[in-house]
Amino acid sequence: MAYPETYKYAKSHEWVEVNGDTGTVGITDYAQSSLGDIVFVELPKVGQEIESGSMFGSVESVKAVSDLYAPVTGTVTEINEALNDTPETINTDANATWLIKVTLKNPDDVNALLSAADYETFVNEETGH
Amino acid sequence: MEETKFIGTPRKATTHVSQNEGLMFEKSSAGKKGYRLPLLDVPAVDAAALLGEAVRTDGLGVMPELSEIEIIRHFTRLSTWNYAIDLGMYPLGSCTMKYNPRINEAVARLEGLAEAHPYQPESLSQGALGIMKMLSDALIEITGMDTITLQPAAGAHGEFTGILLTKAFHTANGNPRTKVIVPDSAHGTNPATAAVCGYQVANLKSNALGMVDLAELEKMVDEDVAALMLTNPSTIGVFESDIHKISDILHAKGALLYMDGANMNALVGKTRPGDFGADVMHLNLHKTFSTPHGGGGPGSGPVACKKILEPFLPSPVLKTNPDGTLGFDYNRPQSVGRVRAWYGNFGMFVRALAYILANGPDGLRQTTEDAVLNANYLRSKLEGTFELPYKTRSLHEVVFSDKLQAKNGVKTGDMGKRLIDYGFHPYTVSFPLVVNGAMMIEPTESESKEELDLLVDALTQVAREAEENPELVKNAPHTTRLQRLDETGAARKPVLRWKAPVSSTELTANTAAKEW
Repeated sequence: MAYPETYKYAKSHEWVEVNGDTGTVGITDYAQSSLGDIVFVELPKVGQEIESGSMFGSVESVKAVSDLYAPVTGTVTEINEALNDTPETINTDANATWLIKVTLKNPDDVNALLSAADYETFVNEETGH
Repeated sequence: MEETKFIGTPRKATTHVSQNEGLMFEKSSAGKKGYRLPLLDVPAVDAAALLGEAVRTDGLGVMPELSEIEIIRHFTRLSTWNYAIDLGMYPLGSCTMKYNPRINEAVARLEGLAEAHPYQPESLSQGALGIMKMLSDALIEITGMDTITLQPAAGAHGEFTGILLTKAFHTANGNPRTKVIVPDSAHGTNPATAAVCGYQVANLKSNALGMVDLAELEKMVDEDVAALMLTNPSTIGVFESDIHKISDILHAKGALLYMDGANMNALVGKTRPGDFGADVMHLNLHKTFSTPHGGGGPGSGPVACKKILEPFLPSPVLKTNPDGTLGFDYNRPQSVGRVRAWYGNFGMFVRALAYILANGPDGLRQTTEDAVLNANYLRSKLEGTFELPYKTRSLHEVVFSDKLQAKNGVKTGDMGKRLIDYGFHPYTVSFPLVVNGAMMIEPTESESKEELDLLVDALTQVAREAEENPELVKNAPHTTRLQRLDETGAARKPVLRWKAPVSSTELTANTAAKEW
């Protein structure tokens, strides 16, 4: 499992990459591996407000449907439309496959999220390794 | 390859008999008929001219044309491919796949019941109404509730009805409220129900024992919460021992306790939801009360509730007239309305009542005890072979995980498929979601110790294979007509309609499917 150090991580297994006041959100390598083959991604609409800790969409795999929780608060500016046709790219490379882009309400909020190392520790604790 | 299919000897299954069976469309021959009609004894009319604009010639496609025996053989062959509760055990956790007693079928086929018409006058339907009344009374007694509707056609439909009642209740009290709390171990239908009824779903995390975290619940419940939807025992087969406190927390804020009765098979005759604080609940007659489950049942999901919800029950409501006869009361101004045509799946009422009466109170209690005993027998036999994530005492089902086998790359789904090679239907795979790699097993009271031992044998064998020859398990099943299917491909690119291979002749209703 790889967790880029430039990303920040939520305990609900989403990553966010911050660039100025824009946050790019995806799910972690651990999340895609636990879900298994992803077959459908439900994303919010452009312009929708999302709030840190609240649901903003869902990911469906052959095993289950899992909710997506926003790691940050802000307004959705872009969604990754390509996922409609090729949701499997999340399985191929979760770190390079973004779901939504968000204009952050308060960019400092991401400081409350986990670093790559802390997230890895958290995942290991959760899976009991 | 044959000799590598099994390590050890399966006692229950050898290779399935395999007979290839094409699609009916592929067997079709132009003009072949399974019937012959006499010559018209009236003048022929041109149907197309008669129908005028209503005539439809497009979009019908080509219908298969076969003889009677071809059709009979086709479906009979397909029927032999089925796995059924009458062929073997279904250890599907959360589904309560118990035996459907033959006496139920005998009673349901009595002419007066099987041939009854829902529009028969009430005066000629007293027997059928009597069955509904007796069943209602029995279910009210079993659940400890005050009243009931038999209309809902299945569990999720029952949930929908129950939450509609909840919403109607809160609305009548001036505030429909906005949220429904659902634990993370819940059946997926619970949050779906809440959402369909217009509520926001608030997710409640389980504590380390797999139960409701009271402190967390207390923080979440406020005047905006309409209800908590709780399955008790929970989906990991554990009884919520703090259920009284849970209902007190809810009631203190005016919220209701909805109980998902999916797991009532662990409670019947032992404890009553009405006594431990549930306000509204559904039952699954096709789980707890032995009506058929597979092949579409049909199901039946009666909703029992407390008096406070009675005014809102779906109409019509069964009533006893002053002269002692039974009838329906349609004058229900506060009712949420009908949720089902007629009065529900009546055939299931007959079967469920037959089951209840055949067992009697002592029999039903014994049923519960045996279901719990069977689950705990499996737990004690298989603990160690598979990881047991929650050590809390099990009731009617037990949830293991694939943690020990996942080290070799063998997942719960692989072992479930391998179980097919050993002659069993797979257990419930990857549910509940609170357990990573869940293997959920519910034997029900129907299985004998001998059958349980066969399952233990098979699962122990599968675990051994996962250790010694993981590829064997990862590629299972090996003995079925079709090998492992591409579930991902089926979900990503579903083929929803048969298409004839490319034809040189244009296919119309008048050309035949065979011309390709």
